Amino acid sequence: MTHDRPLLCVENLKVYFQSNGARAHAVDGISFEVREKETVCIVGESGCGKTVSALSILGLIPTPPGEIVDGQIIFSGQNLINLDEKAMQKIRGNHISMVFQEPLTSLNPVFTIGDQIGEAVRTHQQIDTEALFQYCVQLLNDVGIPSPKQRINDYPHQLSGGQRQRVMIAMALACDPDLIIADEPTTALDVTVQAQILALLRSIQKKRSMSVLYISHDLGVVSAIADRIYVMYAGIMVEQGNTDQIFRSARHPYTQGLLASLPSPSKRGKRLHSIPGTVPNPAYKPKGCPFHPRCRQKILSCQQEYPGMCDYGEGHLARCPVLFKPKGYPG
Amino acid sequence: MNMVEKKLSNDFYIESPLPPKRTRMQEFQRHFGQNRLAILGLFIFILFFCCAVTGLFLTSGSRPIFDPAMVRLQEKLRPPLAKPNLDSLQPQEVPALGVYLMGTDDLGRDVFARMLQGAWVSLTVGFVAVGISVLIGIFMGGIAGYFGQHHIRTDHILFTLALILGTGLVIVNYTFIGIVIILLCLAYIFYSCLARHESTEKETPVLKAVLHSNAVSVDTLIMRIVDIMLCFPSFFLILTVVALLPASIYNIMIVIGLTSWMGTTRFVRAEFLSLREQDFVAAAKALGLSNFRIIFRHIMPNAIAPVLVSATIGIASAILTEAGLSFLGFGVPPPHATWGNILSNGKNFIFDAPWLTFIPGVAILIVVLSFNLFGEGLRDVMNPKLRERH
Amino acid sequence: MESKNKNNHSILRIEGLKKYFPIRRGFLQKIHGWVKAVDGVSFEIEQGKTMGLVGESGCGKTTVARLILKLLESDAGKIIFQGHDIRRFSEKEMKPYRKEIQIIFQDPFGSLNPRMTIGQSIEEGIRILGNKHATNRKERLETLLSMVGMSSDSSDRYPHEFSGGQRQRIGIARALSVEPSLIVCDEPVSALDVSIQAQIINLLKDLQDQLGLSYLFISHDLNVVGYLCNTISVMYKGHIMEFASSEDIFNHPHHPYTISLLSAIPDPDPDIKWHVKPSNGHIGDSDVVPEGCKYQDRCTIAETACLKDKMVFEKVRENHFVRCWKAAKNHGSSPD
Repeated sequence: MTHDRPLLCVENLKVYFQSNGARAHAVDGISFEVREKETVCIVGESGCGKTVSALSILGLIPTPPGEIVDGQIIFSGQNLINLDEKAMQKIRGNHISMVFQEPLTSLNPVFTIGDQIGEAVRTHQQIDTEALFQYCVQLLNDVGIPSPKQRINDYPHQLSGGQRQRVMIAMALACDPDLIIADEPTTALDVTVQAQILALLRSIQKKRSMSVLYISHDLGVVSAIADRIYVMYAGIMVEQGNTDQIFRSARHPYTQGLLASLPSPSKRGKRLHSIPGTVPNPAYKPKGCPFHPRCRQKILSCQQEYPGMCDYGEGHLARCPVLFKPKGYPG
Repeated sequence: MNMVEKKLSNDFYIESPLPPKRTRMQEFQRHFGQNRLAILGLFIFILFFCCAVTGLFLTSGSRPIFDPAMVRLQEKLRPPLAKPNLDSLQPQEVPALGVYLMGTDDLGRDVFARMLQGAWVSLTVGFVAVGISVLIGIFMGGIAGYFGQHHIRTDHILFTLALILGTGLVIVNYTFIGIVIILLCLAYIFYSCLARHESTEKETPVLKAVLHSNAVSVDTLIMRIVDIMLCFPSFFLILTVVALLPASIYNIMIVIGLTSWMGTTRFVRAEFLSLREQDFVAAAKALGLSNFRIIFRHIMPNAIAPVLVSATIGIASAILTEAGLSFLGFGVPPPHATWGNILSNGKNFIFDAPWLTFIPGVAILIVVLSFNLFGEGLRDVMNPKLRERH
Repeated sequence: MESKNKNNHSILRIEGLKKYFPIRRGFLQKIHGWVKAVDGVSFEIEQGKTMGLVGESGCGKTTVARLILKLLESDAGKIIFQGHDIRRFSEKEMKPYRKEIQIIFQDPFGSLNPRMTIGQSIEEGIRILGNKHATNRKERLETLLSMVGMSSDSSDRYPHEFSGGQRQRIGIARALSVEPSLIVCDEPVSALDVSIQAQIINLLKDLQDQLGLSYLFISHDLNVVGYLCNTISVMYKGHIMEFASSEDIFNHPHHPYTISLLSAIPDPDPDIKWHVKPSNGHIGDSDVVPEGCKYQDRCTIAETACLKDKMVFEKVRENHFVRCWKAAKNHGSSPD
C-alpha cells in the first residue's frame, strides 16, 4: 500500500478558548498529517484537545468563545482556515465528513433515517427521488443494516445503538468523501458492537480507499485500527509514529505511562502502573513541558523549556529531549 | 494507616493545582453581574422595597407626614409639581414637601402620599400571596414527587370524605347526623387498629379486600387536583371568592395565594422526580439516612433554585392581580389607597387629569417588569445549561 | 457454587434473585407484559474477595446492584448477607445492615450532592456511626480523605471544583465512612481516563488489602474485571451465563457469549492479532424474550433444541458453571 501524498496537513494549529476570564489553550500548536488511504489515530485523555482539533478541521469551532489563533489546515491544496462559510459548506459532508460519539443525539429523532441520509446526499448532488431511494438502500446495505428497504423508514429510536452508529456512518459515506473524521464513534457502544463497528470502518476504508482520522481515548481500539498514531497531551502532540513504534517502543514518558496503566488479566497480582496527578486545566497549564508535574523522569530544564520534537527515524517522533539519545551515542 | 498512606502517596503525590476557591455566592455574583437587565431589575426592586417601607412609616400614624386621606376639595385635580394654594389651606393641610409631587385627585388628596401607601400594599400582597403559594406548592409538589408511588387505600378515601361530610353537616346545623357520622369514622379507625394486631392467616373477606385495595397513587391524586385547579379561570375564581368574603387586604392575599400554587407544585414535583433518581440520593439511602433527612438535606436545596425563580415572577403577577381586583372595586376597601384603586378612580378623569391614570399605571408597569427581569436573570444564573449558551 | 470451602465463608449469597418490571400500555395502564431485568440470578461473594459481574448495557447488572442495596424491591429469591436473608427486611430491620453494604457509582458527576461540600457529604456517613464529638468527626474525616489520597483542605470545597477522578475518590471516601464490609462498585472506572482509571483501581485494591473489604465489581470492561476480580459472572439479559474463577473465564471460556465477549476486546498488545469472532445481531429489547436460551438469536452454535428448552446451570469443572448444554457437552466429550 502506498500512501505518501498527504491529503490533510495540519500545521502549528492553535485554538484558544475564552472562558471565565481566562484563556484556555485547548490546542496549542499541533501538527499532523493524514495521507491518502490511511487510518490515522489521535489518542489522548479527555480535555487534551483532540475533539477541538477535529472540529477545527471542519470549521465547527464556535466563535466566540473559541478562536483559531494560528496555523494552517491544508486539505487537498487549499487552506481551510481562509475559506468562508459557503466554501466550507461545500467541503463538509462532500469531501470531509464526520461521525460523532453519541449516535442517539446526532440523529434527528423526528425524521426517518432515510430522510436524513437522503438530505446529506441532496445537499451536495442533484439526484431524483427514485435514484436517491436506491442509493440510500445501497448505503444502508453497505454499512450492514439488515433488510435496508424496510429499515429506511424507521425512526432513530427504533434502532439499537450499534445500528444508529451504522446509520451515522452511512450518512458520512453518502457523498463519498475523501476523509472521514470519526470522533470516538464506539465509546458509547458495547464491546461486541464496538468490534463490529471497527471491522465495518476498516472494510469500508479499504473498499472505498478513503482516509480516516480516528479520535479515541482507548489504546486497545487504536491498536486495532490505526496505521499511524499521534498521542496528544494537554493540547500538544507528545509522540507520533506507526502502530508498532508506539506500542512496542514508546519514547515519551506519557505514552509509556498510558500503556503501562492499562489493566489486563495478565497483570493480575501486580500493581498497575499509574500516572500520578490529573490532566492540567487548559487555562492553567504548567510552564515548560506540560507533562512535567506528572513525569517521573523530569529534570530541571523540563520546568522551563518547551520540549522540542526528537526524531527517532522512520517517522517516529517524541517530544521528550530527556529520554532522547542521538544516534551513535553510547548507552 | 500509615502504611496505606505511604503506598498511596505514590499514586497521588501530585494534586493538580485546584482553581482558586470560589464560593457559590461569588460565582453567583459574577454571573449575575454580567446580566445588565437583571441588575436593573434588582435595583428597581430594592428602590421599590425602600419606598414601600419608608412609605409605610410616612403615611401611617395619627399625624402622618404624608397624609393620603387628607381631603382638600378646593385643590382637586392639580397637575404634578403644582404648588399648593397657600391662601385657601389650613397650615396642617399643606403637603409636606410644599408641592404636589404627583398632583392631586378628584378629592384633592395628594397622589404622592397615596402612591406611597399603595406601594406597601402591593409589596405585602406580592410577598405574602407568593409565600403562601410557594409553601403549598413545595409541600404538595414534594409529596407528589417523593412519595408519589405510594398508594392511598380505598377505605382511607371513603373515611376522609365521610369526615368532611360529617363536619359539613355539623356546620350547617344537622348536628346530630353529623356527629353520628364522625363517631362512625372514629369507630372504624379503632376497629382497623385492633384488626391489625389480629392474625392475618384468615381469609380476607371480599368487602375488606375492596376497602384495602389501592385506589389511587399519591402522585395521581395531587396532580389531578392541580389539573382541576388549573381548569378554573383563576381571576374569576378570585373575584367570586372576594365577593363572598368581607373585603380586606388579608383575604385578598390569602385568596391569591390559594389560587396560584399549582405552577410551583408542578415545578417542585418535576425537580423531585429527577433528583430522586440521582446517584447521590441513592448513596444517601445506602448510608441509611432517613427520608426526612434525604428530603430536606439532599433534595430540597437542589430543588429550591427554580422555585425561587418562579416565585420572583409570581410576585409580579400577584401584584398585577391585586391591582386588577382593586381596579374592579373588589380589592382593598376604598379609604385605603392601592395602586389599583388610584388607577380606577383616575379613569373617570382621564382627559382632564391624565396623571391620575398614568402615574399608578407606569408604577405597576415598572415594578412588574423589574420583577420579571430579575426573575429571568436569576433563572439564567441558576440554570447552568442556559448559562453556557450565552 | 454449592461447594463451600470452610476456610473462606461467603459474605453475600444471592439465590434465584428476580426483578420484573411491568410494561404498562393503553389508557388504563394495564400491565401488558414484563421486562425480566433480573431473572433468577445466583452467585456468591467470599469474604475479602472480589466478584466481577460482566455484561453489556441493558443486561440487568445495575439492577442487581440496586436490588442488593435494597434501593429496589426484589420480586423473588434470597439475598443472604452475613447469614441473614435481608431481602424481605423492613427499613427498620435493615438498619444495622444498611451501613455494611455501600455503593460506588459510575458517574462521578451525579454521585455527589452539588449543594454540599465534600466534608459535609462524607460526614453524613460518619454521623451514622454515632460519632458524637465534632473533633472526632473532623479527625475521622481527615483520615478518610487521606485514605483516598485527597488533601484535607479539600473538605470545604464543592464537588464541581474537582475532576472526575477526584470525585470518584470522594465517592469512595463516603462509602468508607460507615465502615462497610461489602462495597458494590457499579462501573466505577468506566467514565474515567486511562491514567486515572489505574489510580482508582490501585486505590480499590489497596483498600481491600488494608480493610479486608469484599467487592461486587460491576463492569462491561473484561480487562478491568479480569485484572481485579477473583471470580467472574457473565450476565446476559437477566441471566448469569457463566460463572468461574477469573483464570478459567479467560483461559477456558465455555459459553459462546463469553467467547464472543473475549474476542471483541481489542488488545493493545501488537503481537496479538485482533480479529473479531462475529456474533450475530445485536442486543435486542429485553421485553421480547425468546423462549429457551436467551442468547439463541446471537449464538453461533445454536440448535433447534436451544429455541425451546430452558437452559440450566451446568457444572463443567470445580467452581465453573455454564448455562449452555452444548458447551457443557462439548467440554465433557473433549478432554481439557
